[in-house]
Amino acid sequence: MDELIIAGRSFNSRLMVGTGKFASNEAMVAAMEGSGSEIVTVALRRVDVDNPQDSLLNHIDLKRYLLLPNTSGARNAEEAIRLARIARAAGCEPWIKLEVTPDPYYLLPDPIETLKAAEVLVKEGFIVLPYINADPVLAKHMQEVGTATVMPLGAPIGTNKGLRTRDNIAIIIEQAIVPVVVDAGLGAPSHAAEAMEMGADAVLVNTALAVARDPGAMGAAFKKGVEAGREAYLAGLGKQQDKAEASSPLTGFLRS
Amino acid sequence: MSFKEVIQKYDPMQVIAEIEAMTAADVQRALAAEQLDNRDFMALLSPAAEDFLEEMAQKAHAITLRRFGRTILLYAPIYLSNECHNSCLYCGFSVNNPIPRRTLNLDEIERDARILHDQGFRHILLLTGEAPGKVGNDFIAAAAERIRPLFSSISIEVYPMETEGYKEMVAAGVDGLTIYQETYDPELYQKLHPSGRKRDYNFRLATPERAGEAGLRRIGIGFLLGLGNFRSEAFFAGLHGRYMMHNYWRTLLSVSFPRLRPAEGGFQPPNPVSDRQFVQLMCAMRLLLNDAGLVLSTRENAELRDNLLPLGVTQMSAGSCTAPGGYGEEDSATEQFAIDDDRTPAEIADLLRARGYDPVWKDWDGAFLQKETG
Repeated sequence: MDELIIAGRSFNSRLMVGTGKFASNEAMVAAMEGSGSEIVTVALRRVDVDNPQDSLLNHIDLKRYLLLPNTSGARNAEEAIRLARIARAAGCEPWIKLEVTPDPYYLLPDPIETLKAAEVLVKEGFIVLPYINADPVLAKHMQEVGTATVMPLGAPIGTNKGLRTRDNIAIIIEQAIVPVVVDAGLGAPSHAAEAMEMGADAVLVNTALAVARDPGAMGAAFKKGVEAGREAYLAGLGKQQDKAEASSPLTGFLRS
Repeated sequence: MSFKEVIQKYDPMQVIAEIEAMTAADVQRALAAEQLDNRDFMALLSPAAEDFLEEMAQKAHAITLRRFGRTILLYAPIYLSNECHNSCLYCGFSVNNPIPRRTLNLDEIERDARILHDQGFRHILLLTGEAPGKVGNDFIAAAAERIRPLFSSISIEVYPMETEGYKEMVAAGVDGLTIYQETYDPELYQKLHPSGRKRDYNFRLATPERAGEAGLRRIGIGFLLGLGNFRSEAFFAGLHGRYMMHNYWRTLLSVSFPRLRPAEGGFQPPNPVSDRQFVQLMCAMRLLLNDAGLVLSTRENAELRDNLLPLGVTQMSAGSCTAPGGYGEEDSATEQFAIDDDRTPAEIADLLRARGYDPVWKDWDGAFLQKETG
């Protein structure tokens, strides 16, 4: 598959995985390995970043995976910025998945606070990957302040409902000048394939792997879904049309 | 509108009658609904729903798995004091019980805290009775500040405070509050609380709202199983939960269903709740409040706790001691109640792993509450 490039760094996989909700660290590692992913996101509130023996971090081979700390749990820009700084001070690379979700139930991102935090963190040298609602104008604002990607949600986190925001994601993809990573709500490999067929640059999956009977096998299934979707996109999908179009136009003779 | 105004619209006896009158068809409609309304919730709490426990359990399991995954947050309580001026008929700490009274000093609190920290806990719950003269806001704040370096999350389960008091707690590093209404039935509440500040039903009822105003990040509500009719109590707890989730939407809600346990004073619960009823209640609550934490304490026995795991539980206490100083001393003061699951935290963690769950010791970070230092 063609490489994904984010902030000048190349990745062979276009599938990112989250590390929450797994039955065990072993199940999480199986999902990561099955998925072929090279980027894994970890909730800073779950780890003791000062402790290299932390059991979650211990299970992630930092030579194989880019650790993408996330700021989940932050309710406003100030808290997200503080968490990002703590991660960097503890020696993490300056990559941060920015999540500002004041509502702890649907975990929908706060657009205003996310933008504020993104602006500050970019200025401080962070490579910022913001989780946002599928709002094309907000995506433009994020790009303008210098985020490395935009990560619109397909559906609310953990719902496994797929691309409920499809029309807006299509606009974001059409207008994007940074990679578009569809994040949240993807519950099946077919959802991931659909996002990639639309032209998304990557997808991020967590719940679908964590709650699968076999997380490793589900990771592998998503890998195939992402690859199939990407290949179809590159191959040039036929357009869907409401009206029939004859392969041999009946009025073609008029052009000659 | 306050929750007091919400609950005053209901007559508890009428609620019980409506729940009792629900039919199998009502239950089936509720099971098919994506979002429950009040009538659906009543149906799931009704005697008619007892024939649908397996369907309820399957649905509760599926929702919990989707929203929380295969994780269980572990926490432990530290009892700071058993001094209490209240005379609650069911409580071992009641002022009328001739038990040795004990309030830990900060060194003793830190000793217990270190024991729990070394066992792996990062979420801690501080408890006291209600004796503001001896154990007031300053004492609790000092305790929280003393142990804050050891834990990522500190919650309190103490007497109700004013909003200002909760703000002081937040400033001291407390992020969570647990407060049970004990019973939502105002008449029964008066009978069970004959004297002391706790006698004020409405002040207690509005406590979660004051805590929400003060910015506490986690609020746990609940009622004591065994006091009133469990069906109507659960209905009002569900209403309360939904009210909190809608009105204090930045605060994470959890709900507990502690069953009364043997305690000093020998109180006999007037409405004991069976295991089947407990399961029905837990599943109904999960179906109503998909995203709320559901807490299971060591009041329940080991076998039941193991079997309840898949039905919606998201948080468990482990290795609990309900007497002040009980972790560090063999002869500690009298406990609040007898626990029924005495497995060690390590044993509970092993059990969770064996059942396909990840025991989570840390799911929060004190950094959320810290002020910028530069």
